[in-house]
Amino acid sequence: MVVVIGILALLFLVLTVLVIGKTQDLLKGVKGEEAIEDENANDVDKANDWNAIGLFVFWIISAVGVVWSYFDAKKDFLPEASSPHGRETDYWFWVSMAVIMLAFFVVNTLLFYFPFKYKYNKDSKATFYPHNNKLEVIWTVIPALIMAGLVFTGLRVWNKVMDDAPEDAEVVEIMGRQFAWAVRYPGVDDNELGNYDFRLMDDASGNSFGIDYTDPKSFDDFTNGTEMHIPKGKPVLLKIRARDVLHSVFIPHMRVKMDAVPGMPTKFWFVADKSTEDMRAELNNPDFNYEIACTEVCGRSHFGMKLILVVDEPEDYEAWKKEQTPFLTQNPGFIEKVPANLKARALKYTQGEEEVALVTEVTEEVVE
Amino acid sequence: MSTAAAAHVEHGHEEHHDLGFIRSYIFSEDHKVIAKQYLISGIIWAVIGGLMSLVFRLQLGFPDMDMSWLKPFLGQWINESGKLDANFYLALVTMHGTIMVFFVLTAGLSGTFSNFLIPLQIGARDMASGFMNMLSYWFFFISSVIMFWSIFIETGPAGGGWVIYPPLSALAEANPGSGTGMTLWLVSMALFIVSSLLGGINYVTTVINLRTKGMTFDKMPLTIWAFTFTAILGILSFPVLLSAALLLIFDRSFGTSFFLSDIYINGHALPNQGGSPILFQHLFWFLGHPEVYIVILPALGLTSEIIATNSRKPIFGYKAMIFSMAGIMFLAFIVWAHHMFMTGMNPFLGSVFMLLTLIIAVPSAVKAFNYITTLWRGNIIFTPAMLFAIGLVSFFVSGGLTGIILGNSALDIQLHDTYFVVAHFHLVMGSAAFFGMIGGVYHWFPKMFGKMMNKTLGYVHFWFTFIGVYLVFFPMHYIGIAGFPRRYYQWSGFETFNTYADLNAFISVAAILTFSAQLIFIFNFIYSIFWGKKATANPWKSTTLEWTTPVNPGHGNWPGEIPTVYRWPYDYSKPGAKEDFIPQDVPYSATPESNLPEENEMISEEKEIENIEYNHNIPD
Repeated sequence: MVVVIGILALLFLVLTVLVIGKTQDLLKGVKGEEAIEDENANDVDKANDWNAIGLFVFWIISAVGVVWSYFDAKKDFLPEASSPHGRETDYWFWVSMAVIMLAFFVVNTLLFYFPFKYKYNKDSKATFYPHNNKLEVIWTVIPALIMAGLVFTGLRVWNKVMDDAPEDAEVVEIMGRQFAWAVRYPGVDDNELGNYDFRLMDDASGNSFGIDYTDPKSFDDFTNGTEMHIPKGKPVLLKIRARDVLHSVFIPHMRVKMDAVPGMPTKFWFVADKSTEDMRAELNNPDFNYEIACTEVCGRSHFGMKLILVVDEPEDYEAWKKEQTPFLTQNPGFIEKVPANLKARALKYTQGEEEVALVTEVTEEVVE
Repeated sequence: MSTAAAAHVEHGHEEHHDLGFIRSYIFSEDHKVIAKQYLISGIIWAVIGGLMSLVFRLQLGFPDMDMSWLKPFLGQWINESGKLDANFYLALVTMHGTIMVFFVLTAGLSGTFSNFLIPLQIGARDMASGFMNMLSYWFFFISSVIMFWSIFIETGPAGGGWVIYPPLSALAEANPGSGTGMTLWLVSMALFIVSSLLGGINYVTTVINLRTKGMTFDKMPLTIWAFTFTAILGILSFPVLLSAALLLIFDRSFGTSFFLSDIYINGHALPNQGGSPILFQHLFWFLGHPEVYIVILPALGLTSEIIATNSRKPIFGYKAMIFSMAGIMFLAFIVWAHHMFMTGMNPFLGSVFMLLTLIIAVPSAVKAFNYITTLWRGNIIFTPAMLFAIGLVSFFVSGGLTGIILGNSALDIQLHDTYFVVAHFHLVMGSAAFFGMIGGVYHWFPKMFGKMMNKTLGYVHFWFTFIGVYLVFFPMHYIGIAGFPRRYYQWSGFETFNTYADLNAFISVAAILTFSAQLIFIFNFIYSIFWGKKATANPWKSTTLEWTTPVNPGHGNWPGEIPTVYRWPYDYSKPGAKEDFIPQDVPYSATPESNLPEENEMISEEKEIENIEYNHNIPD
């Protein structure tokens, strides 16, 4: 590719030199008559027609280019939506796109046709036509009406997407840090996320989430730093936070995006209605995975903040959840942080630990 | 960077002269000289900013390229294996944005043309305060030096994006660019704001107070309207950025918590609590959004003038143009949060800002329609300036339309912070404003330097640039629709973004060619200053007052009395008139053959206009 650039650059240079040389020649040629022609030095010459034609030809070629490149690039547009709200925003995206493409072609056509049609002609004179209020009103009102339509539909969709999550939504916490995402689940026992505090965060001891073990809801919470699992067809509420700088959760296929802000938890809820397996079948790509990316610049490895999103069938999801071990079980040292009156409740997560490692069925009994 | 030397040479050559020369060319209070200083500084910055974009375009287009050959220029920023450092990549995009938005398209555009044209077009000897005007340039110069210096420090220049959102920009441990580089960025911007305010206040004062006899507001060229609105926007919004920058400086250096809260970084929790990163974004965009109009309005003003002159037709809907600019200016203040739909801001606010944002499309559309109707049934002469003006209108339309999609908060969910946004603003405000600036240089070059620029080179420059800009930014929409996020060093880590490698390479090649085409302009510019063909006083047969000055207007602009203005600035191709233009200083009594009925009635008022006495205690 470097070679290609080199060649193109070289070509460009040669062209430039040629043009400059040519200009010099022309100037020299003109010099003789210059004294006589000085008054008309800036008069319109042949180049005027060529520029006029050039503009129109440019537009014809561009119009063809736009249409061709659109169809050529289309296959990768808007990756297959996997959420109902995503299909709705996609629909309105294409409606808006149709409206603006119409305007794009009409306005640009006029813009490039008029120069061609009304290029300088020494025998004709421009029309003195300074204003027409009727026209101004027309082209104020028409865009205003179109805008009103787009605003109305946009607001309807926006309010729906941003509305409060349903009560029964599956809650998952996602936290951005330099340079990774990590998720925390409310656990299978109480199904509620425990408190956290940034002052409790401590990477050395493993508590990167700042989980607060004075809150009994924390005991059964489990975390994951490599994948996020969510159930298919059930509302999922992402509770989003960041612990160092701004990040932004972006799940392209779900049409989900929301900043993660230190000190200000945010949220986004959606329904994924195609499981990872469904998509693999649909796209005929056995390696397909949903991905979560970061879209708010966060430093050096901003481009590497990837988390795999796995959309499971609901029953698989429940099974997966049951297999997970609470953070407290994995890190029994945190039992020290639990206040005395709650120790007994916490102990069942840490004492089961040895057996859990060997027999998973036992864990379930202990948990229940 | 190699341009460092070039920059010093450019400024240096002016210093070799005696004291008198220093007062008239370096620390000059003459608006025309200051305008040229802004222009040349702007061009130097544009080259630096453009070269930076080429470096990161190479990275994006050819991620596997061995960049060792750039080591002589970039040194440690190219690592052992010939790769561009990821931190420096972020620094490059940050500096590219900062330089282009503020130093080129604000200082280089407004600074050049407001300074040059306001006194000349309203009929004034100079700015209201020549001294303030000089201060304005030299604050900008110091600001430039500091920003330029920051490129060379060991930890690199600021690297959190030109929007410098905290906490990233506030914490040196979060990003090397947030150390000394960020400090210098903030200091430089604070000085820049001072410069911009000194300039802006001067522009508004001059327009209000120093108009010549008969130059009522309804006879001012649209350029002057545009510069005035721009200056008002700047005066009202830049102080907000200054306050944001000051608060950020406090957070960075004095332990306050305006924008910081609940942060754990590098193994320890910070003591800051109660601040809000979102507050900074509100403050930033309260300037940041008006800023894009600060960039585009002067370009639209210049375009109005160029299109009317070269269509040999009055600008269509003069009053509608003023009202739409006023509308844009007003709305510019109340749409800022459309940059923040996805920040976690209350969705209701999102609804309000979406409504206001889409309203701004209406006056913008009116402007585009008026330009096109001006072309209709004209007698169009394609000077290089005219070609660039038509190019501007095309970019303004093509780029503006996608704003309708981005301004819709529901559609912004997917497109926010993707290349769709990059494509949108580079067309509508970046390239459009750049074309306005270049068109302005071609058009007013004869008045600035008394020489003509070479037409043929101008055409070549236009065609390469115009086609090049579309080739760079049109395909970016596609990449954006596919969801590619901005400010990514590379995309190959994601399966979802692992397409379009060829398209990215294509864009990079187009960018290199487009940049190379600017060398034609620079050659033409320098060559013509010294060896260009001598200009006449009014080469484009234009009506406005600047063309009534001598070929090289001296200090005070008009050798004798300042001309009196009798008519509006767009009397082109008036039926009955001998010539196809009637300058503003020709009274109606001298043109009975072409007067409209209501204009004949105004002949009686001419004596009154001529007898206006100004208070000469105010020095001009």
